[in-house]
Amino acid sequence: MTVEVDIAHGLGAFQLDARFSSDGRLIALFGHSGSGKTSLVNLIAGLTRPDAGRIVVDGRALVDTKAGIFVPAHKRRIGYVFQDARLFPHMTVAQNLRYGRFFTPAGERYVDFATVVELLGIGHLLNRRPSLLSGGEKQRVAIGRALIASPRLILMDEPLASLDEARKAEIMPYIERLRDEANIPIVYVSHSVAEVARLATDIVALAGGRVTASGPAARVMPLPGLGGGEEGEEESALIDLEMVAPDDGYGLSLMRSAAGGEWRLPAIDAAAGARLRVRVRARDVMLARERPKDISALNVLAARISAVSEGDGPQALVRLDHGADALVSRVTRRSVAALALEPGAEVFAIVKSVTFDPAAPTPGGSLARPTAA
Amino acid sequence: MDWWLELTPAEWDAVRLSIRVSIWATLASLPAGIAVAYVLARKEFWGKAALNGLVHLPLILPPVVTGYLLLLTFGRRGPAGAFLYEHFGIVFAFRWTGAALACAVMAFPLMVRAIRLSIEAVDRKLEAAAGTLGASPLWVFATVTLPLILPGIITGMILAFAKAMGEFGATITFVSNIPGETQTLPSAIYTFTQVPGGNAGAMRLTLVSIVIAMGALIASEALARRVARRLDAA
Repeated sequence: MTVEVDIAHGLGAFQLDARFSSDGRLIALFGHSGSGKTSLVNLIAGLTRPDAGRIVVDGRALVDTKAGIFVPAHKRRIGYVFQDARLFPHMTVAQNLRYGRFFTPAGERYVDFATVVELLGIGHLLNRRPSLLSGGEKQRVAIGRALIASPRLILMDEPLASLDEARKAEIMPYIERLRDEANIPIVYVSHSVAEVARLATDIVALAGGRVTASGPAARVMPLPGLGGGEEGEEESALIDLEMVAPDDGYGLSLMRSAAGGEWRLPAIDAAAGARLRVRVRARDVMLARERPKDISALNVLAARISAVSEGDGPQALVRLDHGADALVSRVTRRSVAALALEPGAEVFAIVKSVTFDPAAPTPGGSLARPTAA
Repeated sequence: MDWWLELTPAEWDAVRLSIRVSIWATLASLPAGIAVAYVLARKEFWGKAALNGLVHLPLILPPVVTGYLLLLTFGRRGPAGAFLYEHFGIVFAFRWTGAALACAVMAFPLMVRAIRLSIEAVDRKLEAAAGTLGASPLWVFATVTLPLILPGIITGMILAFAKAMGEFGATITFVSNIPGETQTLPSAIYTFTQVPGGNAGAMRLTLVSIVIAMGALIASEALARRVARRLDAA
């Protein structure tokens, strides 16, 4: 399943000029407010018609201005979860959920109502009116409504932006389950580094209406400029780890990355074999030219510098490769000069701390789309 | 003192006729009212101001002028009247159908205004959401727009019905004041006030008018409350 976008679209003085192609399970459209994220998903959904370009989802051209193709929104079978939920106020939750199913051809209704209700934990809400739901409940129902229409692709436009932290934490596991179990690709719009770091398999970074980077999350996330978001976040790296030993007797867990690096982290409640993603912020990584001896830091990783970007200030961002894992480190320009940090140089990265995402919930029913076409 | 209890057969005729004319005027103009309100609320086109003006004209013109224009247009020899008679056998002039037409035309601006306001209040984002769920524009209108504007439609119908019940000038100009055919309540009351000893009859019909008006108002309030409750909360 591939999403290909190559469009040019003017919105007043703003020009959206985006091109990317991705086959990720959860493609995060990431960028500041006004970078064109919502305009881009509206184009994919068919709510707006681009001035020029092509949008192809799963081999089906939805828009091709050269060939004169424009599939209207209601024929695209693309689910859309809006920031403001947009539940129908004159229907109950159950009626909202079943709405899209009514328009789905009988042979393509592969998503089961009961499974979705169970997956999203909304069984107790079915007879309520949307006006009586909390923000988090509304958003779960909106996700369910999009899902039950058996879409080929789901668009989510900052579905968590209007919620407080507790509600965000309540919904994120459901989106993770969707990503891992539903086999329906998701295009997820966000300006939150934390959300993208936790959810994305792939990232398309947007700035000023243009794609500045795209690719697997762990590759794109450490790129300079992707941090510094509106939450005062900064550059960070994503490492996918597999649990080797949950507790080593010192309250630490031993984990291994795909690249073979060994990580010791404060004990995590997960069984051996569980997969976890950690985010390593650039400011939490120190660099040394020699392997440090007698140091209290536990995670010291041999790495090779792939790029050094110096800004205007006293700081520089150093990108490192540790096997297949990418890391970033923020150091001073003075240190760059003193240690002769340049691309190709062998260094040791000392990781002071990492940010975790909680373990994914245990899988429930399966939403898997039949593989036979 | 039971002069006001017993209506004469002729008075009953006027009451029944008025109700029939008003119901027909309201129901027959409803589809057109919704269509015009939708077009005025949503579409931009050449001549929109002219259409808007035309719809509102009966509100501003003296009713007698509207009635006279109807007579010229829908009378037996008028262009529309002759066409309808020759092709469909429909006659408006000096028939109760003409009274219904006059009432519908007079009430149309009120109905359109009420429905148009409710259409403009509909959150179009909900319609876009319905589209992404696979609903074609026609289905979106039937399943989202129409239920959401129901309170406005009810208000428009009540206003139209009330206007039709009270319509006098255009009706009497267009279809005259024929007992049993075109003599509606206001015409009958007017006739009573023009003859000696007609006060009791006029009073009886006035009371009937008040009862019908109050009844319609209370029923509409109850209905509108029910619909609004369904929209706002469970």
